[in-house]
Amino acid sequence: MDSKGINISKTEELVLENKLLVSSSPHMRSNESVQRIMLDVIIALVPAMIGSVYFFGINALKLILISVASSVLFEALIQKAFKREVTINDLSAVITGILIAFNLPASAPWWLPIVGSAFAIIIVKQFFGGLGSNFMNPALAARAMLLTSWPSHMSTFTGTRPDVVASATPLAIMKYGMATDGAASATVEAATSASQGAGVELPMLMDMFVGNIPGAIGETSALLLLVGAVYLIIRQVIDWRVPVFYIGTTFIMLVLLGVETEFLPYHILGGGLILGAFYMATDYASSPVTPMGRIIFGIGAGILTAIIRVKGGYPEGVSYSILLMNVATPIINKYTSPKVFGEVK
Amino acid sequence: MNLKSLTFKGGVNVPGHKEMTENLPIKRAVEPAVVTIPLHQHTGAPCEALVKVGDRVKVGQKIGQSDAFVSASVHSSVSGIVKSITPMAIPTGLIVDCIVIESDGKGELDEPITEPKDLEELTSDEIIQIIREAGITGMGGAGFPTHVKLSPPSGKKIDTIIINGAECEPYITADHRNMVEEPEKIVFGLKVIMKAVKVEKGIIAIEENKLDAISALIEASKDEPNITVIPLKVKYPQGDEKRLIDATLNRQVPSGGLPMDVGAIVCNISTTKAIAEAVQMGKPLYERVVTVTGNGIKEPKNLIVKIGTSFKDVIAQCGGFTEDAPGKIIMGGPMMGISQFSIDVPVIKGTGSILVLTEEEAKPVKVSPCIKCGKCLEVCPVKLQPLYLSTFSLKGRFDKAEEFHALDCVECGACSYICPAKRPLVESIRIAKKEIITKRKKAN
Repeated sequence: MDSKGINISKTEELVLENKLLVSSSPHMRSNESVQRIMLDVIIALVPAMIGSVYFFGINALKLILISVASSVLFEALIQKAFKREVTINDLSAVITGILIAFNLPASAPWWLPIVGSAFAIIIVKQFFGGLGSNFMNPALAARAMLLTSWPSHMSTFTGTRPDVVASATPLAIMKYGMATDGAASATVEAATSASQGAGVELPMLMDMFVGNIPGAIGETSALLLLVGAVYLIIRQVIDWRVPVFYIGTTFIMLVLLGVETEFLPYHILGGGLILGAFYMATDYASSPVTPMGRIIFGIGAGILTAIIRVKGGYPEGVSYSILLMNVATPIINKYTSPKVFGEVK
Repeated sequence: MNLKSLTFKGGVNVPGHKEMTENLPIKRAVEPAVVTIPLHQHTGAPCEALVKVGDRVKVGQKIGQSDAFVSASVHSSVSGIVKSITPMAIPTGLIVDCIVIESDGKGELDEPITEPKDLEELTSDEIIQIIREAGITGMGGAGFPTHVKLSPPSGKKIDTIIINGAECEPYITADHRNMVEEPEKIVFGLKVIMKAVKVEKGIIAIEENKLDAISALIEASKDEPNITVIPLKVKYPQGDEKRLIDATLNRQVPSGGLPMDVGAIVCNISTTKAIAEAVQMGKPLYERVVTVTGNGIKEPKNLIVKIGTSFKDVIAQCGGFTEDAPGKIIMGGPMMGISQFSIDVPVIKGTGSILVLTEEEAKPVKVSPCIKCGKCLEVCPVKLQPLYLSTFSLKGRFDKAEEFHALDCVECGACSYICPAKRPLVESIRIAKKEIITKRKKAN
């Protein structure tokens, strides 16, 4: 018997045994996977992780490791407890862990990331259905919870220089510097001189860009965060619309609210704006899926951030702005359905 | 001449896999010993058999027709004896009456359906009559009778005929080879259609991964001032007719509408070639070019196959299956093709390709929950929101699916292809469409 005959008869057997797979099209899938997307985000966060250890020392590394380990562990435990499939392989808990650590000051006690991870993974993520169903960014919700519960632990920032034990962030200097001066239209010099009385001064802009300033360990280096962000945009993991409209709107709103031009770069590079705009506002589950919705999300978060920073009681407004927009996401999605091709209204 | 390549918004880049067959010249398949010719290979009314068991038929003899306007006659592809007329499975998944003919191997030709005439001598009505007599249907897969498509209601003013040479489905190269090897026939076929519909403007649109086809058609149409060859960007689903009209004419076919609503008619390459052969040679549609391909086939080929030849016979001529195949056998491409239960089904007019995937390629993928990444919205050529449509469908909320325009879905599969969670998006939208249409029919 020739080879053709053998092969065909092999098929007949297969068909008889019902082994020939029949399914609805398409019969071909892309290489995209949830795990690959999450891995890309982790890769993008690596430069900032290295930077945080460089700037803040071994304590930063300790916080990141504890946070990641506890996030992954809590995810596995809660999924076991709920008798769900354990999905730690999708790597999403790793990202949550990194982001929680990134929001902590280097002086934070070891248990703070554990409490944060438990809250983020168990309550914010898994109670609402797990990956893709969380209505808020778990890491940001954890930050907000920790800030309310342990404000002193969360806002005692160590400087990057070993001789400075406690230090104020540039945003705090601007905010409280202005407040002590009593002038709404403070200048850099005024803020600097006012805060110099307390032994602090605004850092050099280049230090801010590189990340050599006091702050949460993962948010200070705009440069390293942007390197990762470029990677994510090239890999099409995140939509450029969210961060661009977010940061753009924040800038415009700060100008409209009368913030001095010299302060603007400090606002953009300072606090969690870069980290928030590129890595947290772009969280898939808690941000809109429609292109127009993503623009609105960015604009909304930008307006809120500027208002909280300038008019509110906190020096920083990124986390609350994103959380508020997270809550608005379902309604944004609802009213921004794209016009269907050829739709006549 | 406009050589800037055009495209539409949305869509997705899929690997072409065309290298297996794109440079293989079309060869004639071995004459089948038996053919099984379905009486219903098209959209519209089924044909009645014109022959009975024991009759002798010739190649090209009409063996089935219907009085209904929306129907397409069928012709014998061999000369021989009618053995039986019986319901059998066809590759579209239906079971329809089929005429089984045992070939005598002589290939004796029937009278041509028309005397060879110059195109100038034929009227529009005569051309449409020839196309109807030849049993020509859309050969891209949908199988809509071509004479119906070329007879738009008098209220619809058609100004452009577009010949669809996009062939955006991966693997398939039948149209590509037709364009490279018989560009004159394609151009002639287009002129026939333009005359039938009384249109001055003809476009042949080709994806730019087929440069040899583009240059062949530019050369073949160089003396035709009314015919333009337009290169298209390589993107799936560029060959969807509404996307093609958008790209080439910048006109949007309204939701629920047809190309004729924006003054265009789109014809497939193989269909156009069949039209040319019907008018030039009086040859009805009883054979077509089929790409037999995929990693599960030992020797991929582009073959001229007689309608009614079994998939089994075709596959056997291509070296049979590879060791780790077949995992899946598909009529058509991997994005929209129909997977087969059996290889005992006949090649029909809409069979552009027989694609065999290996067991590895056919393995079902693991589905995980939607992560709301929004990639399905980005790729949807209709700007639907597949993630929501799919959720509504899976929850049985077909009213909501209808509200979210499920019926506008062209089922191209780009959403399911791109989905990182491997959700069955188009698969579930398809279910919603069926439910909505059934409900509408009941309401009427």
